[in-house]
Amino acid sequence: MSALIAAATPTTTWYLVLAAVLFGIGTVGVLVRRNPLVMFMCIELMLNAVNLSFVALAKRLGDIGGQTTVFFVMVVAAAEVVVGLGIIVSIMRKRPGANVDDISALKG
Amino acid sequence: MLDLIWLIPALPLAGFILILLFGRLLGEPKSGILAASMVGASFVVTVAVFFELLSKTTEERHHVLTAFSWMPIGSLHVDLAFLADPLSITMALFVTGIGSLIHLYAIGYMHGDPKFSKFFLYLNLFVFSMLMLVMGENLLVTFLGWEGVGTCSYFLISFWHTRESAATAGKKAFVTNRVGDWGVMMAMFLAFGATGTLSYAGINHAAESGALSAVTATGIAMMLFIGACGKSAQLPLYIWLPDAMEGPTPVSALIHAATMVTAGVFLMTRISPVLSIAYDWAPTVIAVVGVATALFAATVAVAQTDIKKVLAYSTVSQLGFMFLAIGSGAYVAAIFHMVTHAFFKALLFLGSGSVIHGMHHEQDMRKMGALRVLMPITALTFIVGWLAIAGVPPFAGFWSKDEILLFAFAKSPILYVVGMITALLTAYYMTRQVIMVFFGEARWNDHSEENGAHGDFKPHESPKVMLAPLVVLAGLSIVGGALQLPFNHNTKFLEKWLEPVIEFGEKDISGTWADNNKYILLIVAIVVALTGIAVSYLVYSKKKFAAIEPNVMAQGWFYDKGISNFMGGPGRKAFDGITWADRTIVDGAVNGVGKLVQGAGGFLRKGQTGAVRSYAAAVGLGVVALLVWFFVRGVVL
Repeated sequence: MSALIAAATPTTTWYLVLAAVLFGIGTVGVLVRRNPLVMFMCIELMLNAVNLSFVALAKRLGDIGGQTTVFFVMVVAAAEVVVGLGIIVSIMRKRPGANVDDISALKG
Repeated sequence: MLDLIWLIPALPLAGFILILLFGRLLGEPKSGILAASMVGASFVVTVAVFFELLSKTTEERHHVLTAFSWMPIGSLHVDLAFLADPLSITMALFVTGIGSLIHLYAIGYMHGDPKFSKFFLYLNLFVFSMLMLVMGENLLVTFLGWEGVGTCSYFLISFWHTRESAATAGKKAFVTNRVGDWGVMMAMFLAFGATGTLSYAGINHAAESGALSAVTATGIAMMLFIGACGKSAQLPLYIWLPDAMEGPTPVSALIHAATMVTAGVFLMTRISPVLSIAYDWAPTVIAVVGVATALFAATVAVAQTDIKKVLAYSTVSQLGFMFLAIGSGAYVAAIFHMVTHAFFKALLFLGSGSVIHGMHHEQDMRKMGALRVLMPITALTFIVGWLAIAGVPPFAGFWSKDEILLFAFAKSPILYVVGMITALLTAYYMTRQVIMVFFGEARWNDHSEENGAHGDFKPHESPKVMLAPLVVLAGLSIVGGALQLPFNHNTKFLEKWLEPVIEFGEKDISGTWADNNKYILLIVAIVVALTGIAVSYLVYSKKKFAAIEPNVMAQGWFYDKGISNFMGGPGRKAFDGITWADRTIVDGAVNGVGKLVQGAGGFLRKGQTGAVRSYAAAVGLGVVALLVWFFVRGVVL
């Protein structure tokens, strides 16, 4: 039983696998979905997957650097959300229901 | 007063700007009066400066006024500065003096022209440029004026640009002058390279102190001479001047007789110390080119039938005399002849303009004759000009031409003999012109039907505004010789006045055979002039002999045509070849690089689809590729 409990105790590897799964979901989401809002959420998912791996590794290696980096990533992600959502909202106002393949006007 | 010399060029410039802004508003004749009064005011300032300089001692007659530092680049430091010394003030006096007379005349001559105010716009700009040229303290300011007068000359020759021949003549003058400008620029580079300055004081001081080597001095002098050949219409670059007669007659008088074409003579006098330390062959080349041009142009003038063409070739011939003087080291004589020539040639041109005006724009002398009855004042003043240029004492031209021939004799008797033959021809062709225009039987009636609208055609005298300048210039042509009388040192006013400028370069001929026997030469000159007049009288008035006017002379020995044919034939082919090389090789290389970049860009552009998901796929694939690469290389993550 204890062996089962021991086997069920989350180790760092679990977190890394979870992070990889989340990153994969995010990547696939960005590639296959066309709704800009959903794509945006997928990007956030990828960022947070990386954050998770940073934190997990920081715990195992006993290095504070990984956790510190996560704070930077969160700040940058927040800034990115502000800019990105602003763009998306203004595009949606102009062309309601547009998907990312429709708004390729900037390709030049 | 000397600090106000900037006013001399500034006043015509102000006139130019005012007419530029308000020319149409002012119209005729106010814009003409404005232009004339600006040049007149400039003349008054010049006279004041002249007396100021006269009141100083000879050594102090040199004043530099620096307006501002123009180009302070490293060791090249050029100021926009004006120089008031005897030479520049002499030039400024006759440029503004004759200029204002001709402005006055032009008010009458250009009457009724639709571009009346524009004419005075160019004329004022010309006077401004000419004053910059003569009053510049360094070669660059002079060059600024030099180019300015060239441009104005182009504008004014093709003033009636709707006429094909006028437009072509303007272009010809401009292009020919560019050849000469190349020489001036080369001279400036040489002078700066050798002395580190462009100011006349610096260059001439380097020459006088021996800091300038004879080789460099020869280079500078010869390059400036090429420039002078272009501007002053000497062989082989004279071809533009006869064609320049397409311009209105006041322009011919002001630019192509009295002022601009003498710029070359002025420049050579200005750098006379440099010329005097050059190798001996340099002045000889100048003298030979001068006398050859004089003789050549005189032979052509003998056979011309256009009243202005005679005067044009005569101008080329007289300019040749001035270069003969420069080459003989007679700078005073050159300036003296320049001044007297400005008087009588401006008079002759204005007189011919008066005739053309009275004949309703007829320029062919074969259709004139007996005009003295109908145009008495024009005829009388023209006769004064004729006597002056023919070299009859005591008129102005006699004294200046004699002075040149005296120095030419001291240099080489051959130059003297050729000069004398030219003087004989001068008297001959001018007499021919006077007889054809003012004497003999009236031939204009035979052609009255050609003048159509005038029905009963009758030439008329010109208005007073045109006659007044003629009378003033006639007076100057009579007494102009008093500037420099050869009797003793005290009567050589011009020589004493110009002494500080030319004393280093002026040749001393006292004690030579020519100087000791100058009265014999004087008598020879009188006999030659009278012979020329007498022969011409017998040929054209008494018809004792047939006139010798072969076509080869009327066509200017086919020199002009030869150049045209050469440039039109082999010359054109050569330039076509150069154009081809430029288009295919030079342009091809440049365009090839452009095409290459364009093609590569076009290819790469296809990757920019604008679809966000394909970019994301590219990023994802890139990451995978990187990971694979890391694993293959065995990099431990």
